[in-house]
Amino acid sequence: MSYTLNHLKTLESESIFILREVAAQFQNPAILFSGGKDSILVTYLAKKAFCPAAIPFPLVHIDTGHNFAETLQYRDKLVEKLDAKLIVGSVQDSIDHGRVAEEKGYNASRIRLQTTTLLDIIEKYKFDACIGGARRDEEKARAKERFFSHRDEFGQWDPKNQRPELWNLFNGRMHQGENFRVFPISNWTELDVWQYLAMEGIDMPSLYFSHKRRVFFRDGAWLAESPNIPMRPTEVVEEKVVRFRTIGDITSTGASLSTASTLNDIIQEVAATRVTERGGRADDKRSETSMEDRKKEGYF
Amino acid sequence: MIDLESVTDTEQVKEEKFDANSYLNMELLRFTTAGSVDDGKSTLIGRLLYDSKSIFEDQYESIRATSEKHGDQYVNLALLTDGLKAEREQGITIDVAYRYFSTPKRKFIIADTPGHIQYTRNMVTGASTANLAIILIDARKGVIEQTRRHSIIASLLGIPHIAVCINKMDMVDYSQEVFDKIVEDYRIFATRLKTKDIHFIPVSALLGDNIVNRSEHMKWYEGVTLLYLLETIHIASDINHIDLRFPVQYVIRPFSDKFHDYRGYAGRLASGVIRPGDKITVLPSGFTSKVKQVELDGMILEEAFAPMSVTVLLEDDIDISRGDMLVRENNLPRQSQDIEAMVCWMSDKPLQINGKYALKHTTKDVRAVIKEIKYKLDINSLHRITENPSIGMNDIGRISLRTTKPLCCDAYTKNRDTGSFILIDEATNITVGACMVID
Repeated sequence: MSYTLNHLKTLESESIFILREVAAQFQNPAILFSGGKDSILVTYLAKKAFCPAAIPFPLVHIDTGHNFAETLQYRDKLVEKLDAKLIVGSVQDSIDHGRVAEEKGYNASRIRLQTTTLLDIIEKYKFDACIGGARRDEEKARAKERFFSHRDEFGQWDPKNQRPELWNLFNGRMHQGENFRVFPISNWTELDVWQYLAMEGIDMPSLYFSHKRRVFFRDGAWLAESPNIPMRPTEVVEEKVVRFRTIGDITSTGASLSTASTLNDIIQEVAATRVTERGGRADDKRSETSMEDRKKEGYF
Repeated sequence: MIDLESVTDTEQVKEEKFDANSYLNMELLRFTTAGSVDDGKSTLIGRLLYDSKSIFEDQYESIRATSEKHGDQYVNLALLTDGLKAEREQGITIDVAYRYFSTPKRKFIIADTPGHIQYTRNMVTGASTANLAIILIDARKGVIEQTRRHSIIASLLGIPHIAVCINKMDMVDYSQEVFDKIVEDYRIFATRLKTKDIHFIPVSALLGDNIVNRSEHMKWYEGVTLLYLLETIHIASDINHIDLRFPVQYVIRPFSDKFHDYRGYAGRLASGVIRPGDKITVLPSGFTSKVKQVELDGMILEEAFAPMSVTVLLEDDIDISRGDMLVRENNLPRQSQDIEAMVCWMSDKPLQINGKYALKHTTKDVRAVIKEIKYKLDINSLHRITENPSIGMNDIGRISLRTTKPLCCDAYTKNRDTGSFILIDEATNITVGACMVID
């Protein structure tokens, strides 16, 4: 009898192990829930890890106020189904309270502002570990991220001074006021995520599947028509059949032209694709190191 | 580096129909590469990713643009792995970078680590979870100090397989004589290594010989290509499925009427197999019971094996908490407060004799005091330095220590999970030592 575990089951086991470590090592952890597939996967794995008990972490949504309506509907349904606790941190509130100033111009985005709201929420609820759905294959700064990523009292990441992570031993010790970001699906690729979601038959937000949408073309990506995105006079709205490969803030999430309407179609498309999923993300195109810079400041 | 000309043809990439079913039954292979800037390590990884069609257009475009900005003549594929700003500016690899690719046969995780002696700790980190190590040798230089150091670390960390790639064969006229001489030299050195499964492949990472495609220039070589080796090497039996070791990670106790009496012991099998009906012993208490059920997410399993994460329910209601271990009564690990171990030191502040450290072993946290440094290892020669040995950053040595409570451990050579632990500085909370239990 040979005991072999395929790679999806191996990844699942690793992620569940990490999630249980978080529950065991921290007093007050939370899941950062963006409404995207990666945070949906993390939430689903957390349900598996602690079943039949409820997920021992609340879901925290840092809401830029620039959402797709579908994202909020899906979020609320999921919270109800899992009987989870939801905490919403509002970037609009941070703006209203003068904590941050809104960016101006055509490419204005609230992505960077999220960091302040997130750090405020962490402080308010005294979270000592925030679980995120970041993957190392997404972006080059994330390729060096640890499973247990230490943040100092200012929430900052010090990439040159990270704790070594050996074997399956995760060191979550810290001083008062510091906290951790934990990334249980670090080793998953985009294709692994879709394969797993299909294998497990998990219901996904409709935005990921092809649909007709009014969009316009900017900087190599199709953006959704929205009152939150001011358009240049030269930009023209067209109706296209599109789907989103990632779901985030509406102002910086590009759609791709696609007819993929089932999970299997998406798997075929991802397997054949020639562009990484963040290729459509305006937030990463700002500079070569924009992700690293945001992470150092305390971003996910 | 790879010549711009040789990699601009991106059209052929990824056009075959993807077989979703075969993808589901892939195994996962973790391998590590160690090397410095000039021995072609980045080129080798770039070649593997490129020839296996794993580099995306926007990634390629981004590094092409950066190479151009730096005035490079070639597209520098090292930029794919050097993710941090400081690394790209200084052209060095500081930290372990993880890369992913897959072929229809396997999914691969590469832990790409820098090769200089001052980065030994990164090499150790990358090696700690690897199934296989790629050791690069420059065909013009043969077996050098760095080759020995990388091999010794791979062996010490218990990596079961080594692939020795003799690179830059194009620069020695693809000479079989050169290859054979290096293989012979390496074999003589390797008699002192614990790793016994060693493969030799003559390659040119720059030109792609024997990486993914067979070389036209070395008809004399009858072995396989590097990718073929990575895809087919037998790894299923690397995991110990004999000795049951189930460290309890977390106790699941739902607060609901329906599951009022439920107590599930959550954990991942470090080794062995567990089934309902198995008689088990709980360590350190020594209480015995029987496995009532093995489950995950409400699904009842007939059995579970390493490295599965599951929840175990027992017949008897006994006091079990995180840090305890379920084992079979006739197959016990060692239980001791006095531990002999090899340590790799990872901190600027040297290891202190009589120093106290926090110690993390499986899911158990204890404290430890360092009793003695037996010797320091010269990691270029395996020579043991016994006279006034001190262990500082990147040093490897043998120590003895005493823990506040007994550890349930096995020799690292028998079990990489129950045979390893880390030391943590209690003042800074930083991981300072990586340790492996000696027989």
